[in-house]
Amino acid sequence: MTQRPSWQEPPAPAGQSAKGLTLGGVLLMVLVPLWIVVLTSLSTKGAINRAGGLVIWPDGLTFEAYEEMLTDSTVRTALLVSFGITIVGTAISMVVSILCAYGLSRSNSFGHRFILVLLIITMFVSGGLIPTFLVVTGLGGYGQWWALILPGAVSVFNILILRSFYSSTAAELIDAARIDGGSEWRILWSIVLPTSRAVTAVISLFYAVGYWNSFFNVMLYMPTESEKWPLQYVLLTYVNRGVGMPGSVNSGFGMEHAQTAPLSLQMAVVVLTLVPLVIVYPFVQKHFRTGVLTGAIKG
Amino acid sequence: MVVPAVVLLLIFNYVPMVGVITAFQYYDPLIGIWDSDWAGLDQFQQLFADSRFWDALANTLYLSFVQLILFFPIPIALAMLLNSVLSERVRNFVQSVVYLPHFFSWVLVITIFQQMLGGAGALNQFLRSHNLGTWDVMTNPDTFALLVTFQGVWKEAGWGIIVFLAALAAINPGLYEAAAADGAGPFRRMWHITLPGLRGVIVLMLVLRLGGALSVGFEQFLIQREAVGHDAAEVLDTYAFYYGIATTNYSFGAAAGLFKSVISLLLIWGANKLAHSFGEDGLYRK
Repeated sequence: MTQRPSWQEPPAPAGQSAKGLTLGGVLLMVLVPLWIVVLTSLSTKGAINRAGGLVIWPDGLTFEAYEEMLTDSTVRTALLVSFGITIVGTAISMVVSILCAYGLSRSNSFGHRFILVLLIITMFVSGGLIPTFLVVTGLGGYGQWWALILPGAVSVFNILILRSFYSSTAAELIDAARIDGGSEWRILWSIVLPTSRAVTAVISLFYAVGYWNSFFNVMLYMPTESEKWPLQYVLLTYVNRGVGMPGSVNSGFGMEHAQTAPLSLQMAVVVLTLVPLVIVYPFVQKHFRTGVLTGAIKG
Repeated sequence: MVVPAVVLLLIFNYVPMVGVITAFQYYDPLIGIWDSDWAGLDQFQQLFADSRFWDALANTLYLSFVQLILFFPIPIALAMLLNSVLSERVRNFVQSVVYLPHFFSWVLVITIFQQMLGGAGALNQFLRSHNLGTWDVMTNPDTFALLVTFQGVWKEAGWGIIVFLAALAAINPGLYEAAAADGAGPFRRMWHITLPGLRGVIVLMLVLRLGGALSVGFEQFLIQREAVGHDAAEVLDTYAFYYGIATTNYSFGAAAGLFKSVISLLLIWGANKLAHSFGEDGLYRK
């Protein structure tokens, strides 16, 4: 609890309660839908029937929907695909971005101004959807895993955030290391990276969330290969659109049950797409501000 | 060290910029970009003759306008409200909750909305059980603009406060103290100190917003286009997607995309000029 500055008037009760109500309302708007979704996914069929649909108050909880979901091959594959794309994609993006940002942060490096301009231009000018699609398919990307990762692997915005951090890493420290004969790789690995753990975590989260959430690339480059679909696409076709899933071999989740799949099962898929995020989120959340602001100010 | 990033950007960002020339061709993927026939401005003539294109453009501008009016003030107000909360624990808790939806995918957000407001959702479940009839917001073209704006607010307003909070934190507390000593009440202090302190960021955010006026949220519309009908949900991006890629009429779609890029660039440039004329920095210093 911070002390109120002496010059500030004590708040009027009316204003105070209006403030509390507004903030409370904002919190409820985010939390209530999540509460309902989670609770419904954990409810027995009986409880869902009694509630007439979505469940708002706990009543007969069970993990049945999750057990059923995880024995379904479509969801299991989608989960693996999502994790695979996210992990591989984030790793590639981070390596490429860190190297690029570090290279650009050393202001004596060859041509760094030119390359910086080259990067920034892409933030404002783009070929657009269709020329990009033609390049990726032209390189044989249709139906290939790399088409989901490489075209968006570099985020110039993220590179600029990293770069401004690396630029502000104590120059003396780096000079000292250089005098001691450390190579650029060595300096990056043992000085710059360890001193910028927070921003590395934030940027990794940004990239990971991007890969985890992506569905449009799937729609573009592998719309028909349901065995390669990530979770978001399963969520879209199956839960949101209520479509039967082509190519699904499992009868539990496949064509015949598609329209009538229990609500608890649908909500379990929703929760599944949320869980990894909610696990990682608290660890990174406190660093958001630094990451976002450097980007906004120096980008 | 910069080589991998530069190579990726060259391939996936710069080559497509060159690929924009397909908009001036009758591009045939079997022949390739070098041998396809030249169309001159034919694709654009077709585009401008297509009433669906003008509908999509009108929709885009309308949605953009609604989103600007209804969305823009909310993060500012929310940031000011949060900034006035003295307890750090409450502030941190509220922040971590309101940031969260920013990390949800559009698929997830729309699924959640579907479950809350859709025909079989929580709202209608409640209405039905109290014999109040039903009200399916999710498939109603008339209120679609409000719906998508509300979705946008739900997902992004919390995240949008970060930059305003930082601007608020940067205001010198001495100014408030001096103003209070001179007898300025809370509202005068807000008007004469807080809002001028936010002015630079507000202008910057407006410039960015205007620059993106033609990109109202591709994925959000793509997902909901079928349910609402394309009369209300077709925007320039979905138009280029459906009449370019889905129908393999690539040159036509590329022309639609190019039109959008050029206008967007002009909008950014114009908005930035406007910011300069108000004496603000905008995207870059003059």
